[in-house]
Amino acid sequence: MSPRSLTGQSDLDERNMTGFLIRRMMQMALALLGVSIVVFALMHLVPGDPVRVALGTRFDQDLYDALTKRVGLDKPLIEQYFSWLANAITGDLGVSFRNGQPVTTLILERLPATVTLALAALLIALVVALPAGIISAVRSGTPLDYTVSAASQVGISMPDFWAGVMYILLFALTLGWLPSSGYTPFSNSAWEWARHLVLPALTIGLISGSIITRFVRSAVLEALNQDYVLTARAKGLSEWQIVRRHVLPNAWIPIVTIVGLQLGFLLGGVVVTEVIFAWPGLGRLALTAVKDRDFTVLQGAVLYIAFMFLTINLVVDIIYARLDPRVRVS
Amino acid sequence: MSGSTEFDRLATKPVSRTRETLQALVANRLAVAGLIVLSLLVIVGIFGEVIAPYGINDIDIPNRLTRPSGSHWFGTDELGRDVMSRVLIAARVSLQVGFIAVGFALVVGVPIGLVSGYYRGTIDSVLMRMMDVLFSFPAILLAIAILAVLGPGVGNAMIAIGLVYTPIFARITRGSVLVVSGEVYIRAARSLGAGDRRIIFRHILPNVLAPIIVQTTLSLAFAILSEAALSFLGLGVQPPNPAWGRMLAEGRNFFEQAPWMGIFPGLAILVTVMSFNFVGDGLRDALDPKQKSVIESRGQSV
Repeated sequence: MSPRSLTGQSDLDERNMTGFLIRRMMQMALALLGVSIVVFALMHLVPGDPVRVALGTRFDQDLYDALTKRVGLDKPLIEQYFSWLANAITGDLGVSFRNGQPVTTLILERLPATVTLALAALLIALVVALPAGIISAVRSGTPLDYTVSAASQVGISMPDFWAGVMYILLFALTLGWLPSSGYTPFSNSAWEWARHLVLPALTIGLISGSIITRFVRSAVLEALNQDYVLTARAKGLSEWQIVRRHVLPNAWIPIVTIVGLQLGFLLGGVVVTEVIFAWPGLGRLALTAVKDRDFTVLQGAVLYIAFMFLTINLVVDIIYARLDPRVRVS
Repeated sequence: MSGSTEFDRLATKPVSRTRETLQALVANRLAVAGLIVLSLLVIVGIFGEVIAPYGINDIDIPNRLTRPSGSHWFGTDELGRDVMSRVLIAARVSLQVGFIAVGFALVVGVPIGLVSGYYRGTIDSVLMRMMDVLFSFPAILLAIAILAVLGPGVGNAMIAIGLVYTPIFARITRGSVLVVSGEVYIRAARSLGAGDRRIIFRHILPNVLAPIIVQTTLSLAFAILSEAALSFLGLGVQPPNPAWGRMLAEGRNFFEQAPWMGIFPGLAILVTVMSFNFVGDGLRDALDPKQKSVIESRGQSV
């Protein structure tokens, strides 16, 4: 009974999908342009001369002149923006005010740690949220459901920095099972890499999992209330057969959306967790740049994170449109 | 028969929407618990100095890092200051930042949504694309970037958090306005010669308030969470004033000797945020069962 079996439907589908893709990509390009303006404006809204502010007590006329020229601060603003944008598109985000290293190199160095942490946290979130959400929907109104709901409510309201500090207190300081902070690259030692990853991934994974649990629960509950479930029950299918064959395929769409949104947030929004665990990721790079008033690095990191965030949202929308044809037409 | 029913309906006083909502809210036990905790918090916020057993900066070095006891329920910190007094008094700044930041987001976001949804067309596209740009950053990162420009401090943290939450209000308002604008009573008002301003404020705004009220409550929870995170990072409340996030950050250095320095401020944040969430969820069930924004907003927070 798939729509594709009807004559001409698949052509229409393809056309809708292409149109949707073009529309959505143009939207993203526009958003990126806006993001670049905001990010560029950041440095120029800082009161005073950003290079002078960044150099602070380490002021040196030669260094000052070189940096000013490198950033192009002596040119008109519009010209500065376009040359910055053109460079950014080719991957050149300028050099750090602090140590003269290329910003792109600094970002790429931090990227593996951020991606590792995001994926590990998402894995924990899904392992917790999918079973918890489904069981709590199927057994809705029972003590089990209330327990799951209460736990997820605590998770949603929990500050990540507090959770992280509590885990350090328990698992590192009291029990001594895991290191309290730091990062070891996988290539050095897989075992140490994993040991360092557990606590930060748990900190944000469980919070993210609480959010996804609520979404899974409501998506499954909604699917359970549909007429086709009634029909399936009337046919005499067992509760788990109904869930597997009729409910889950229909509940996927909202679940995919929230999982995508969470991944976007995990990739760029875990500044605090990275700080607590001295995790060398992008968020911590951005925060250090704020403290050092290293504006080129801050610009680069924020631009990069926003780019990843938008790309993931785009991918989520495409998956969404593939799963639900109605999205394409609207 | 139908005539008399119609007559009865007209004759009996209609139950007000507010009363109906309040009844539904009171029936929700979690929401009531949340309301009670929040009321207590507001009292603590106003009368903190009177309630607190010690001053926030009463230094007492001989009694530094003492564990919770009868004289210091939450223990003391590295300078011998009473942790409970500091937690109680810090309630004020948390609530202040929450209310002012969300107030800012409301005052900016709701009019944008009203104008966008009512006039549509080019102005709608332009405003919504601007909101999209703000939505393209993870919330905490945007707040940090704004504070990098404005400089750290409570006032700037309020503006930063307010700006971060503005697009949520603009989008929710716009969505509801789009739905309401098609209703018969709006067309009726227009055909009676009502101007745009009158239609927007007298007819549309009252009918889109429900989702805005729900979002306000939920945003308060996340604004408080964001303030705590920013203060933890040293970008919000500055010393020697106590803030829950700051106390936690300072407590980290003494964690092995004095875990209570971090446990209690964290619990205060958890309880406050959870209470706002309970009230928000209760309000949503009572006012607008279809809205699911608690999760979306947290997706955008911390």
